Amino acid sequence: MSLKLSKKTPAVHGHVERKSQETKGDKVVAGVSHTMLGLWSLMVLIPLLWTLMSSFKTTSEIFASPFSLPKVWQFKNYVSAWNTAGIGLYFFNTVIVVGFALVIVMVLGSMCAYVLARYVFPGHRIIYYLMLAGLTFPIFLAIVPLFFILKNMGLLNTLPGLIIVYVAFALPFTVFFLFSFFKALPGEIAEAAQIDGAGEWRTFFQVMLPMAKPGLASVAIFNFLGLWNQYLIPVAINTDPQKKVLSQGIAAFAGQQGYAVDFGSLFAASVIVVVPVLIAYIIFQRQLQGSVSAGTMK
Amino acid sequence: MVVFLGLPLAIYLVFVISPFVQAMYYSLTSWSGFNDKMPFVGFDNYVKLFHDDIFMLSVRNSIILAIFLPVITVILSLVLATLVTIGGSSRGQIKGLKGSGFYRIVSFFPYVIPAVVIGIIWAQIYDPSSGLLNGILTGIGFDGLKSYPWLGDPRTAMIASMVVIVWGFVGFYMILFIAAIKGIPAETFEAARIDGAGRFRTATTITIPLIRDNIQTAYVYMGILALDAFVYMSVLNSTGGPANSTLVMSQKLFTTAFSKSQFGLACAMGVVLAAITLLFSALVFLVNRITGGKQDVSE
Repeated sequence: MSLKLSKKTPAVHGHVERKSQETKGDKVVAGVSHTMLGLWSLMVLIPLLWTLMSSFKTTSEIFASPFSLPKVWQFKNYVSAWNTAGIGLYFFNTVIVVGFALVIVMVLGSMCAYVLARYVFPGHRIIYYLMLAGLTFPIFLAIVPLFFILKNMGLLNTLPGLIIVYVAFALPFTVFFLFSFFKALPGEIAEAAQIDGAGEWRTFFQVMLPMAKPGLASVAIFNFLGLWNQYLIPVAINTDPQKKVLSQGIAAFAGQQGYAVDFGSLFAASVIVVVPVLIAYIIFQRQLQGSVSAGTMK
Repeated sequence: MVVFLGLPLAIYLVFVISPFVQAMYYSLTSWSGFNDKMPFVGFDNYVKLFHDDIFMLSVRNSIILAIFLPVITVILSLVLATLVTIGGSSRGQIKGLKGSGFYRIVSFFPYVIPAVVIGIIWAQIYDPSSGLLNGILTGIGFDGLKSYPWLGDPRTAMIASMVVIVWGFVGFYMILFIAAIKGIPAETFEAARIDGAGRFRTATTITIPLIRDNIQTAYVYMGILALDAFVYMSVLNSTGGPANSTLVMSQKLFTTAFSKSQFGLACAMGVVLAAITLLFSALVFLVNRITGGKQDVSE
């Protein structure tokens, strides 16, 4: 539709008009674009706002009408979700597991990526393909043997067991992403550090790692999201009620809702799970959107 | 250096690679998991699977997801990304749509919400009597849909579940495509504009061919995800839905292993799932290659 209009050559008298003018076609296109994107944004926002609103309603209010505002704002839904439904405990477990797993996978993953990017040695390509396999094979293929490996090691239903499995499965993505990052860093700097007397460890931790900071931040954010949201692994290998993480805890809570109905608390629990991640996203959104683009450069 | 590589590699081999390999062996046994006896049964498990109607139904459902989810998600996110990037003025500098930052931030929200919670929220939205969807629909006059069970009717359960997954991922791929489109040098767009190409023409003949690799990657990822779909399907309909209409392979595998303790059989399902996943990726690469994915558009 803008095709014809944009073909019209603007009159140029002496000087070139640098300021962009909006043509009629532009306005139509912008209008249509805003409408469609606006509709999509509503599609995204309405379910979330509805969840937020319902989290303050009593169960009978929820059943009465999906639209009515709560008569009294039921903050006690949050208290009961946190205490009775155990969301507080699960939250604590999740923070421990994801925190440790994230730090460990970042350290191990960057070490591994650094060696792969800087040195060529026999078996180099095999490691590369093993990592690729870890990225493409479905986790479901591994889940049964994994269960028994942990059982034999005595790590089944323990937080350390969960942490080490999280680390292992986050490793291929971390290594792949950081590999290209370390590859791009100038090798001369590492050589200079070594000539100045720095050992391998010191070269890595004090010279090379700080230079890879932007890449590390991106990978850390994606790993955080992935691990925080992980569901299958904990459901399979971490079934002790006291050690549940948020995702499985809230799923179990939703599962028993059919019998003991407290929908207000269920909505409140959902809000509790979403809010920390959403806040982290809004704070880091520039970084995250930047890293999506970095991820596509591969 | 040995520690640098050795430690991560050891963890990776023990907890990722070795389970993959073991699963392939277990799939040839009728192991129950409770004792060390692992009777070798050859391909019996696979034969059993192909004669199991419910498993074949779950395979069918998974394949339906793998066919529709990537197409719908990629097209929708590509359209939205295009609107953001070329909705701007057709004069002066090449620009994106004004004020599109808001859309980008909001669209990405579902990606950061845990899949379990997405499932829970949508299960409530679809609720026949107190759900948001039927509330809106009856509000605008569709009284026939009052207390219609979207997830409880075999005709709509699958489609309703697909909507949830698409809702969860469109924003992520939209951001990915926006980033890819922004990576195209502005001169390319300027040249197209000078040659008289309108927005639609630019999108179909310049943008899409240039971000073809990104589209392929997105397609493969979305397909792998669709073949898994465990979280969404098990939260929306924990038992496989009405008449098993939303039962997918991953769910079937999980119950076979952890509820019925038929570990050998479950591993065979895992192998089938892995084979379908690899086949899907190979197919996408092949189609992209045949339709000219490696052609240089600038020529």
